Amino acid sequence: MAGLRFDLRDSPPGSAALRREVRAFLAEQGRNWTPEVRGRSWMGFDRDFTRAVGARGWIGMTWPKRYGGHERSAMERYVVLEEMLAAGAPVGAHWIGDRQSGPLLLRFGTEAQRMRVLPAIARGEAAFCIGLSEPDSGSDLASLRTRAERVPGGWRLNGRKIWTSFAHLCDWMIALVRTSPAEKDGPRHAGLSQFLVDLRLSGISIRPIRELTGEEGFNEVTFDDVLLPEDALIGREGEGWAQATSELAFERSGPDRILSSYPLLAATAEVAPDPVPIGRMVARLVTLRAMSLSVAGMLQDGQSPAREAALVKDLGNSFEQSVPERVRDLLDVHNGPEELRRLHAYVTQVAPTFSLRGGTREILRGIIARELGLR
Amino acid sequence: MAMHEDDPGAMLAEQVGRLLAERADAASLRAVERGEWPAAIWDALEALGLPLTLVPEAMGGAGLGWRAAGPVFVALGHHGAPAPMGETVVAAALLSAAGIAPPAGPIAIARDGADCVPWGRHARHLALCEGDTVALVDAAALQWCHGTNIAREPRDRITGTGAPLAEGYLPARFGVEAGLLGVALLRACLMAGALAAVLDLAVDYANTRKQFGRPIGRFQAIQQQLAAFAGEAAAAQVAAANACRAADRHGLGGAAFEIGCAKIVAGEAAGAGAAIAHQVFAAIGFTEEHVLHHLTRRLWSWREEAGTERFWAARVGREVQALGGAALWPFLTARDDQDPMP
Ligand SMILES: Cc1cc2nc3c(=O)[nH]c(=O)nc-3n(C[C@H](O)[C@H](O)[C@H](O)COP(=O)(O)OP(=O)(O)OC[C@H]3O[C@@H](n4cnc5c(N)ncnc54)[C@H](O)[C@@H]3O)c2cc1C
Repeated sequence: MAGLRFDLRDSPPGSAALRREVRAFLAEQGRNWTPEVRGRSWMGFDRDFTRAVGARGWIGMTWPKRYGGHERSAMERYVVLEEMLAAGAPVGAHWIGDRQSGPLLLRFGTEAQRMRVLPAIARGEAAFCIGLSEPDSGSDLASLRTRAERVPGGWRLNGRKIWTSFAHLCDWMIALVRTSPAEKDGPRHAGLSQFLVDLRLSGISIRPIRELTGEEGFNEVTFDDVLLPEDALIGREGEGWAQATSELAFERSGPDRILSSYPLLAATAEVAPDPVPIGRMVARLVTLRAMSLSVAGMLQDGQSPAREAALVKDLGNSFEQSVPERVRDLLDVHNGPEELRRLHAYVTQVAPTFSLRGGTREILRGIIARELGLR
Repeated sequence: MAMHEDDPGAMLAEQVGRLLAERADAASLRAVERGEWPAAIWDALEALGLPLTLVPEAMGGAGLGWRAAGPVFVALGHHGAPAPMGETVVAAALLSAAGIAPPAGPIAIARDGADCVPWGRHARHLALCEGDTVALVDAAALQWCHGTNIAREPRDRITGTGAPLAEGYLPARFGVEAGLLGVALLRACLMAGALAAVLDLAVDYANTRKQFGRPIGRFQAIQQQLAAFAGEAAAAQVAAANACRAADRHGLGGAAFEIGCAKIVAGEAAGAGAAIAHQVFAAIGFTEEHVLHHLTRRLWSWREEAGTERFWAARVGREVQALGGAALWPFLTARDDQDPMP
């Protein structure tokens, strides 16, 4: 596979000191996190925690100062993210804004849009959700049907998004919707546009959907003649597909695709009677970290490593999913310490989502197969 | 791949790759498997100056590090390592570190605890590693009992010893099992190279073999398998590169953790990749005539040598278990942070 290269990147200078700072903060903040909170990791939503993270300058770290950012490097940001994940911190209230909505607005947003939301994201006050999936459009996203029509003074939005994580708790959604019909025989992803949707607007109803864990995490969001202002359009009309896919390299490459089960691995290492499966998992983790850092480096250099990100996500998700299974080979979890038992129970239930959210295993492998020249 | 003026490893690897693409093929591997000495390939590789890669400049070497040597090993592995150049590069590194000028010609590595010597019968000299000592021995003065691994590569036993020509101590950075670590790192790199080659072969075959009126690579089941293979192959490459970087940073002895991780990941990838490749090639891949098995049997052999996945996983696992769960993360991150921990 001549095309896919993963050059090693070094941790940024000063990372040990930065890690110490983050660890001290997390030790303080995390005193009362239950095994379930830590097992939920970046799918956990906690506004107070997020505001505290914002106050430390750890949201929007790479953004320009005039947008509330801190002008630090992508690699320093990477250090902070992985520290949060390793601790199982409930980072969901800023994760999406920091990871993809903010960077998207920095690239394609108007000055007014940036000023309106970026400083608030960085303070930990504006939470974002991702409006892609619809009831009939999952992997085949280009078939989506939610529509925005031009009306005097703006746009009228109708349709429905589903599986939208945290929509019931968020302030904003970035939605991908159809603004003109796809032409017959033309590309199916033509005519899509992205909008910045204020979730308080009238005509929006948000219905939480209970997950198999018994908790509410994702939602159905219905738009019924929602009037969006003119400047809700992000970037260019009809360019939504290209804009949204450029967002995916950010969405897919991060440490959140390899560390979802880390707290369980650490808890198991402590008590496992056989070192061999622990050694195998740690070896994978060490390698995945190097791969993920490599992609972060490419992003920092302004490349768009979409295929590399797909490969790392696929490999990372398989690793994350293998952890609760390997743990069962090592010990009878039901006889183990309570902390481990609860973490394992929780991670077992959410593990199936690892290879669904952000693009399924099959879709990612399809992208890799295309890179290999098989499609 | 582009030439990298500032990256001597990539440049050397490119030369090695070009040379082997011209001179080495399935016939060369078959000859090795019949027990023949690959004289022409050896001479051409030696003429590139490869044995001096890891020898310090003060001793007339190229003074490069493991990070530069890694891509050379990967390039050798890509062609099934048809001559003991990797072993010679590692042996020369250890000898020179112990103050012994490495002699010309193939040098095999014998280490305590290992009962067979890769390429022993063909070596002119032997680097005998025990603890933190290295001895240079004239291979002709030894008695050999010939054996092979499942790739039918020479793996020979020494039955009588000769007096060493020179002996020396390794510096502390090399630790007390430099022979094992050096060869494990070499094997991880060779596997990464062979995996990339097998993946290329399998993708080409999937694009040409037709069934049901179309290339089998058009079937999603095949695409998904090969994509998984691509992930494993990339992981092996990154794990090996990561271990090379660690060896430069912490010394071979200090890099035992990353070398172990690389050997585990490359060994797992070898098993998974070889299985997928054979599935894609089906019956033709099981024939003696097809080139595939020369590489897959090497993958199955190399994962056994210098510590299996199980051997290294036990060590890596015990090391992290001794730290305790809470210290695991700080340990992992401190391994790559460049500034010292408090
Ligand atoms: C916990 C969780 C949180 C989520 N959060 C969000 C969110 O915040 N915002 C959002 O927009 N979406 C979100 N999603 C939705 C997620 O992006 C979709 O689940 C995903 O894209 C797959 O769509 P689907 O569920 O409709 O499955 P489908 O697309 O119907 O797929 C079903 C199965 O068929 C396979 N399949 C589909 N097409 C192909 C093909 N061409 N070749 C081979 N196999 C194929 C899939 O891989 C899968 O195995 C979330 C999902 C989960 C589980």
